[in-house]
Amino acid sequence: MAKLTTKFKSLKKTTKVDFATYLGVIAVFIVVTVLQNSGMLNRKMLGLLVPICCYMSMAVSLNLTVGILGELSLGHAGFMSVGAFSGVIVSQSLLTAVPNAPVRLAIAMIVGAIFAAIVGLLVGTPVLRLQGDYLAIVTLAFGEIIADLINCLLVGYDASGLHILFNVSGTKTIDDLGLDATGYAIIKGAQGATGTKTIAGLTAGFILVMVTLIIVLNLTRSRAGRAIMAIRDNPIAAQSVGLNLTKYKLMAFVTSAALAGAAGALYGLNYSSLQSVKFNFNTSILILVFVVLGGLGNIWGSLLSAAALTILPEALRQFADYRMLVYAIVLILVMLATNNPQFKAFFAKLLPRRHSAEEKED
Amino acid sequence: MKKKFAAMFMAAAMVFTMAACGQKADTPSTPDADASGDQSGAEVQTFVLGSCGPLTGSAAIYGQAVVNGAELAVEEINASDSTVKFTFLKQDDEADGEKALNAYNTMMDEGMQVLVGPTTTGASLTVSDQTNADRTFMLTPSASSPDVTSGKDNVFQVCFTDPNQGTGAADYIAENMAGAKVAVIYRNDDAYSQGIRDTFVKEAEAKGAFEIVSETTFTDATSTDFTVQLTAAKNAGADLVFLPIYYQPASVILSQAKAMSYEPTFFGVDGMDGILTMPGFDASLAEGVMLLTPFSVNSEDAATRSFVKTYTEKYGVEPNQFAADAYDGVYIVKAALEKAGCTADMSSTDICEALIQVMPTLSVDGLTGKAMTWNAEGEVSKAPLAAVIENGEYVMK
Repeated sequence: MAKLTTKFKSLKKTTKVDFATYLGVIAVFIVVTVLQNSGMLNRKMLGLLVPICCYMSMAVSLNLTVGILGELSLGHAGFMSVGAFSGVIVSQSLLTAVPNAPVRLAIAMIVGAIFAAIVGLLVGTPVLRLQGDYLAIVTLAFGEIIADLINCLLVGYDASGLHILFNVSGTKTIDDLGLDATGYAIIKGAQGATGTKTIAGLTAGFILVMVTLIIVLNLTRSRAGRAIMAIRDNPIAAQSVGLNLTKYKLMAFVTSAALAGAAGALYGLNYSSLQSVKFNFNTSILILVFVVLGGLGNIWGSLLSAAALTILPEALRQFADYRMLVYAIVLILVMLATNNPQFKAFFAKLLPRRHSAEEKED
Repeated sequence: MKKKFAAMFMAAAMVFTMAACGQKADTPSTPDADASGDQSGAEVQTFVLGSCGPLTGSAAIYGQAVVNGAELAVEEINASDSTVKFTFLKQDDEADGEKALNAYNTMMDEGMQVLVGPTTTGASLTVSDQTNADRTFMLTPSASSPDVTSGKDNVFQVCFTDPNQGTGAADYIAENMAGAKVAVIYRNDDAYSQGIRDTFVKEAEAKGAFEIVSETTFTDATSTDFTVQLTAAKNAGADLVFLPIYYQPASVILSQAKAMSYEPTFFGVDGMDGILTMPGFDASLAEGVMLLTPFSVNSEDAATRSFVKTYTEKYGVEPNQFAADAYDGVYIVKAALEKAGCTADMSSTDICEALIQVMPTLSVDGLTGKAMTWNAEGEVSKAPLAAVIENGEYVMK
């Protein structure tokens, strides 16, 4: 025990925070699972679990771009959209080939991540060579473009395989795919994906959050992560010591996109229908709000604010018409409070004492 | 260091909030059916009826109409000597699948037995799958896509389906305006608009009585300027413009067409309803516009007149077709519950199974149609009415 304590004390502060974050997520997962199995959670909470996991993963991955890399991205929902729709296509096409739902979900999430990464690479390669606010502008446009592209997408599946039609003129319908009698539509343009078999669950969400955390935290604490933060803090100095700016920026941005894709796939497979308008500018901003409220570069903050801000509007349903007003007021109060020096001093005074007490128990 | 404990503290706080939410479920608010049931001697059954729609956001006008319409019907029924009474629940779904599911779950936690909603197609698609899995009876007043009901025996519609409207419009034009040159302007990022356009074009090709000379699209983001689409229609020589869209963009189209002195016949569907009551819209622009609608505010029908009067007094706006659909929806549920002999102590699942048996045998007279019937698929059968706007009023054709 003594050995462990010394070992614990010798750890770096960041490492301790990281482990506390992992432990916190695991603890919450265990508690929620126990509550779920004992029937303590109501339907509203049960319905929120998967979206919360998706939004947590989205927030953490966006934090990698915005907080760690220091580039503003306004199209994070676009990557989620790419992941969601590619995940839905994969899952729906593999209905008979892979009857095992968890395996199918895993494949869908991986494919979603890969597609989002490819798109991230396409978007990032030209833009991240530049310095300034260009990424914000381009990702903003990208989010809109993706929504329009998916509105043109007609996808169906039958015995002879996957049928994909790109309906640019807007005059084609799902009948033009030429599906045979056993065929079914997966994505119907503007009507989106309908009739998706919902296979997402809390366990998958938990694994997604953990994988996201492991990837983001390990990347941040690695050599590459220090390079990324050096670029954020002073690109000229970073370049002067021989860092390849574009390479490291792309590394962070593409990782962020891929994780958003995986989260999107899980989100897409949690609902039987999904329209591309869901992933519009407002969703991108919502995720950015999670990140900013949680603190730029603060991973556990992102987790927490994503969960809190997803639950909050639902918890405020009793206020009926004033719900969004109350939501906004709460948001402003939280931001004021967390920036208040007295509030900070109060916690600074409070926390070390609790901390030493708990360490003795260890 | 302190961050770690802040993290743990917050994580713990989060768990407690979740647990607190969980405990609420143990005491769902049950309707006080027994209290009212015994006093009159007659078996008064109070069911919990829920409705949802976008009460906030850009589609709020539809959600509010639906929720208000349903609420009005519930109040009327509760004030009458009917043996079936309702406790009314309403929730905001922001016209979004995720939020609609949250709204539905919230109402289920509150003990909802029958759902009259959601309002919009996208939200209904998501919710209908869940109600099908949960076996909750769902009657959507206004979600018009056939995907909402197809393959789900527990889901029924009050409004026309998109194919019905598309085919209905094409049939009407083929019959009454054969040889017309038709331009279509539709919104291609909207399930409703795209759905009607698809069936309209299909039926037009099948009928062959008129020709589609121009097809142009717009999206939500580009719904403020239609000069390009109108010029294309004008250059193609279209004398009829088919607008399977909601009334806000339609109002822009009408005023821009007027500005470029292009005067074809405009033909809308049920989404066009409401254009006359739109704030800031010069109703004279809509003169001569034709539309398919099941409901008219100016109808001479006594039931409609009284509905319009009460609704306008209570909510300060004239009802539109969505409100009428929801109002009918509540009466349909009432009729079905009476016919199936459901009692308030039945679970939502039992009520659902009983109502599924009854729905195809039901025939209801409502504001939006006489002798409405349903097939087992859940689609309603009622006659679409074509109306022309003359002197700022609907004149039924």
